[in-house]
Amino acid sequence: MTPVLRPRDWHEALSLRSARETAVPIAGGTGVMVAMQRDDLRPEALLDLSRIPELRRCRAEADHIHIGSGVTYTYISERLSASLPGLAAAAGGVGSRQVRNRGTIGGSLGTASAAGDIDPVLLACGADIKLTSAGRSRWVPAGDFYLPAGRTALGVGELIEAVRVPVSPGFQRFTKIGRRRGVVKAICSVAMVLDRAAMRVRVGMAAAGMVPCRVPAAEELLADAALWRGRTPLGGELLEQFGRLVARTADPGSDHAATAAYRRHALAVLARRGLADVWGRYRESEP
Amino acid sequence: MTQLSVTVNGKRYQADGSAEGESLLFVLRERWGFTSVKNACEEGECGGCAVLLDDVLANSCLVLAAQADGASVTTVEGLHDGGSLHPVQRALLDEGAVQCGFCIPGMVMAASDLLRRCPRPPEAVIRWELAGNLCRCTGYQKIVEAVLRAAGTTREASGT
Repeated sequence: MTPVLRPRDWHEALSLRSARETAVPIAGGTGVMVAMQRDDLRPEALLDLSRIPELRRCRAEADHIHIGSGVTYTYISERLSASLPGLAAAAGGVGSRQVRNRGTIGGSLGTASAAGDIDPVLLACGADIKLTSAGRSRWVPAGDFYLPAGRTALGVGELIEAVRVPVSPGFQRFTKIGRRRGVVKAICSVAMVLDRAAMRVRVGMAAAGMVPCRVPAAEELLADAALWRGRTPLGGELLEQFGRLVARTADPGSDHAATAAYRRHALAVLARRGLADVWGRYRESEP
Repeated sequence: MTQLSVTVNGKRYQADGSAEGESLLFVLRERWGFTSVKNACEEGECGGCAVLLDDVLANSCLVLAAQADGASVTTVEGLHDGGSLHPVQRALLDEGAVQCGFCIPGMVMAASDLLRRCPRPPEAVIRWELAGNLCRCTGYQKIVEAVLRAAGTTREASGT
């Protein structure tokens, strides 16, 4: 039977992490327990992070929210919807109530599924991820965190400590497509963050290729400050082009749930609708 | 390896340290005999093994037994109040919402958890909140009606 290392605080967790490099971290268990059950994972030992009080904390800073890696989807969806509406929407649609009650933001990052729901939002928000080892900490931008084939920037001896998500004035939206509303993995998803202070729209997408990613080419279409000052209606042509650029950037695969062509089409539609939505709300908002 | 100690429905249960790497589901069923906690998908999809863990609804198949050490677990046996059925159980019977019954313990745990957080949920909320509990017999219609009944509402009154 797999031995379980049970650190009581963060310091002890980091010591155990460096002493037992092959021990697999587990928090809510919604990924690791499934992988073990399927025999995809046979860890020599497990490192239980569910009892580390430091990781369960969440606090508002001047211009961002600091979310401990052990904070659950339920907490994010219910408590952060005012400050981080896009992230809260994504967290509220993960799995089922039971899964959201246990699954954590750090676990989601550690799993780094290419079809994860919170990942496109973290990318679109410009979040940073704090990776800590016994010796040091570093902040990694979300855009540098995800590597192909479910790998991440997490180094030897490191644990995910926290996520720092900027709070930006404006409008956010997260949309995903699945075979039903609850419990299923997204066929694809798009996150949209309209940052009125920076006069930028940022787009993230998932299940759209090897890693969740931003779409700078599409974002550039909205880079013209005159559009923002004039609150110009976005014409059908611009919306179409926005969707096309998202679809072109995507490099999705085919599987039992959907073909690559379907995913590419759906991503274009989600991006177009998402942009129309956040831009519409921007135009109607108080200057 | 340390001993494992969990309070289940108010009573303390123990297991030797070899249980720490097992799932809470396995320990509840195989070591302590709580067969109401159903073992079906073991992937967190079906909700058959849902329990309250320190008062939070969780799929026990996804909880490592070591993570439940020192915690309180409530299974469906712990829901009744002095021998009388929980209102959700009563409503499931009254609606005829139980067929094979396999999903029902988990369904009762999820529905009763919902009603404590949201005493009069509309039908759409019930369906969304029970999305993690699969029933392969009923098509859910009567289960949803039972939860509405337990909440003291009807479908018409719920406005959905």
